[in-house]
Amino acid sequence: MRATQWMGKNHVEVNEVPDPRILNDRDAIVKVTSTAICGSDLHLFDGFIPTMKKGDILGHEFMGEVVELGRGVGNLKVGDRVVVPFPIACGACTACERGLYSVCENSNPNARMAEKLWGHSPCGIYGYSHLVGGYPGGQAEYARVPFADVGPLRVEDDLTDEQVLFLTDIFPTGYMGAEMCDIKGGDVIAVWGAGPVGLFAVASARMLGAERIVAIDRFDYRLDKAREAGATDVLNYEEVDVLDALKEITAGRGPDGCIDAAGLEATHPTTAVDAYDRAKTAVMAETERPHALREAIMACRNGGTVSIIGVYGGLMDKFPVGSLMNRSLTVRTGQAHVHRYLRPLYEKIRDGEIDPTFLISHTLPLDQAPQGYRMFRDKEDDCTKVVLKP
Amino acid sequence: MSSRSASPGLRRTARVLGLASTGLGVAMLRNPVGVARASGVDDSPTALSVIPVVGARELLHALPLLAGRPGWAWTRIAGDAMDLTAMGVALAHRSGDRRRRLRAATVAVGGLAALDLLTAARSRRRGPARDLLPGSAPWKGAIDVSAATTVNKTPEQVYRYWRDFSRLPDFMAHVREVRTLDDGQRSHWVAEAPGRRTVEWDAELVEDRPGELIRWRSLPGAGIENAGSVEFRPAPGRQGTEVRVRLAYAQPGGRLGKVVAGLFGESPEQQVRDDLTRSKQVLETGQVVRSEGSPEGPLAARLTHQRPATARS
Ligand SMILES: [Zn+2]
Ligand SMILES: [Zn+2]
Repeated sequence: MRATQWMGKNHVEVNEVPDPRILNDRDAIVKVTSTAICGSDLHLFDGFIPTMKKGDILGHEFMGEVVELGRGVGNLKVGDRVVVPFPIACGACTACERGLYSVCENSNPNARMAEKLWGHSPCGIYGYSHLVGGYPGGQAEYARVPFADVGPLRVEDDLTDEQVLFLTDIFPTGYMGAEMCDIKGGDVIAVWGAGPVGLFAVASARMLGAERIVAIDRFDYRLDKAREAGATDVLNYEEVDVLDALKEITAGRGPDGCIDAAGLEATHPTTAVDAYDRAKTAVMAETERPHALREAIMACRNGGTVSIIGVYGGLMDKFPVGSLMNRSLTVRTGQAHVHRYLRPLYEKIRDGEIDPTFLISHTLPLDQAPQGYRMFRDKEDDCTKVVLKP
Repeated sequence: MSSRSASPGLRRTARVLGLASTGLGVAMLRNPVGVARASGVDDSPTALSVIPVVGARELLHALPLLAGRPGWAWTRIAGDAMDLTAMGVALAHRSGDRRRRLRAATVAVGGLAALDLLTAARSRRRGPARDLLPGSAPWKGAIDVSAATTVNKTPEQVYRYWRDFSRLPDFMAHVREVRTLDDGQRSHWVAEAPGRRTVEWDAELVEDRPGELIRWRSLPGAGIENAGSVEFRPAPGRQGTEVRVRLAYAQPGGRLGKVVAGLFGESPEQQVRDDLTRSKQVLETGQVVRSEGSPEGPLAARLTHQRPATARS
């Protein structure tokens, strides 16, 4: 089959590789009909996440048709059309029982590696380095889906791939980001990053009843999309001082909820801060450039919530813990527990409450994945989201 | 340089030595003149060229010691011996104030050397494997490892799973087969050894408390003398069962010694923890969880080497 392989920093190729096989009784093989490039794939592309190996198959947002089933999967049949959540979860451990699917205790066979870096291991993730399992990803013609009796959601034919594909990751991730802010009517929510996850966070904050939603980014075309998603205010951080602007919007209070949908590769208009983090990351004394998170903490109102859904890898510097502690802030975070949100968000799409297709800017054949990665990374051609068709 | 993990106290001592080594090394590299003066050898032209070299050596020792590996104190002892010899020679040729300074420095180095010797010697000592083995002499050079996990099942369920020894090969990487012998108290074990060979032994139950504890030990005449225990306790907050495993293997000499070393690889602790993780997977999900890409291998070749869905890796 053809698959998108990571061949080194800033280098992906689409090549012929062996088909996946059933390895466990609870596996399914899915013929991929649509897959997407995620913002967190860019961290792999850029070489920010350790333990990638040359030849690893990328992609954790994919859907398709079940073509083969292990003996242990009773709830699916061959021919079913399914969306596949990016966290691999067993459904049986304490974490899964509590609905914390992205910290499933059984799905990362390389848990030891992750424990060294993070103390404990999260779940396994498709195409997302060996630290989280070394599972081949879904930017391919076929993908193996472990614990297929727990993860995939069957979808009806009345919805297109494009309408349901983002249930695999960015929609639930954005939704969880907003949900963690415990939005009450009248709340002001600020979202750092108007990429796909940020846009879904904006849309979800709107669905959850936020009164004002501020989107923060440096690309006007992304901020335009944020308005489309429901942002009432947009800030281009290269043009305005974000902290001042948020104080202005909230008459000095600060937003009730601050969502970091940017993560470890954020940039900062002040070159000195940027240079500091770049220097520290270059010598491995820090792995992040956490500008957005620092700003989100500083901006948040006293007693407010900072919700982190942007991806981080390891260690950060200059964390404003004093601000966090002295001002009674709450931090909530996590990789999305996608399984929890699949059914309810699917219903929202079916009910027409949201149409996730609004953020797709490019649809490419799988063979053009390398162009897709470059375009998405370099924000060329007003690229917001690339869908690949194997 | 023992592969066994050292006690926390010993590791702390190793780190103190590492810190001392670092301090000395840095001082010698950055300010050889000052060091020469303080130790009373500033009149020797060779001292200035030797001191930075000794400093570099100190830094070399420092790294593993700072990582808490007491066995590396042995490498310091060799250095200490060299230093003390050189200082003794120098002492014979000094007088007055220089001699006093040199004597103080020699006493300091001697003190450090004593601590090095003590630490190194303690790193050789084994863990308390003997309490696993009622009535038997302590084993020389035993591998003694433990690991723990929490399983989302009741202690009775976990106990029942472990008590059926024939299922242990499902998750124990090196155990190929365990057969329970007629009386149920004894079992026959077959383990894989490097070079497609196998090692076999008989074991007996030493203690069996349903839902709480299983202890076993090898019977006399075993190729590899070993003993183990697994303990089950309800986890607080109804989070299932805490499972604690302890294993001890005697390391015989000669050919068998090599086999045992290969059996447990670089890190016996790691292997036992991996075995235990797999046992949790089997108990909770019914299978050992596999991924194509782990742990090793390049390009597509890795995918063609996928292993089948049966247990063990
Ligand atoms: Zn993603
Ligand atoms: Zn789980």
